[in-house]
Amino acid sequence: MATSQNNKNQAAGGFVYLPLIAGWLVPGAGHFLLRKWGRGALLAGSILGMFVIGIAMQGKLYAGAHDILDMLGFAGDMGNGLLYIVSRVAGLGADQVTQTTGDYGTRFIVVAGLLNVISAVDAHNLRTGRKR
Amino acid sequence: MHPSHFAAVVLFALFASVVFGITQRDTTRRMVRYGAYCFVLFVGSAIVLSWVMYFIAR
Repeated sequence: MATSQNNKNQAAGGFVYLPLIAGWLVPGAGHFLLRKWGRGALLAGSILGMFVIGIAMQGKLYAGAHDILDMLGFAGDMGNGLLYIVSRVAGLGADQVTQTTGDYGTRFIVVAGLLNVISAVDAHNLRTGRKR
Repeated sequence: MHPSHFAAVVLFALFASVVFGITQRDTTRRMVRYGAYCFVLFVGSAIVLSWVMYFIAR
């Protein structure tokens, strides 16, 4: 079964890293490219939901790295791909956290980015045949 | 948006569990089971730790 899936994926041709990159840029897009509609929709809904709730809670979007914690937060935020870039351009999120829910929101945004990276790697594994 | 701490925990656990379930298991049945397992562990550990901190603070 796994062998036939490998052959199918190899026969599909094309750029092998496309699902990985698409999945990073747009949550769930890597799975959609591989016609995993249900999985893609659930992943997109979860990651988008987490990011939007984080923004709605006035979470902070890390803009630069001033210390090690900022650097880690920035790396996590970057995992959101286009969501992060669009939100920065649109001026969403808080510059400074002034309330408790804002701190929760900041964590939601960072974790959404990390979950998106996991999701993109999963799409890559599906593309290469390491996972069914 | 100002959810309570518990509502934030439940939302966090729900979204993270869905992603963990889908990405860490191969079949639909195992995805659902692992997602539910992660959700219970997230929420359960938050409740247990909250009570531990409550008694430490007293």
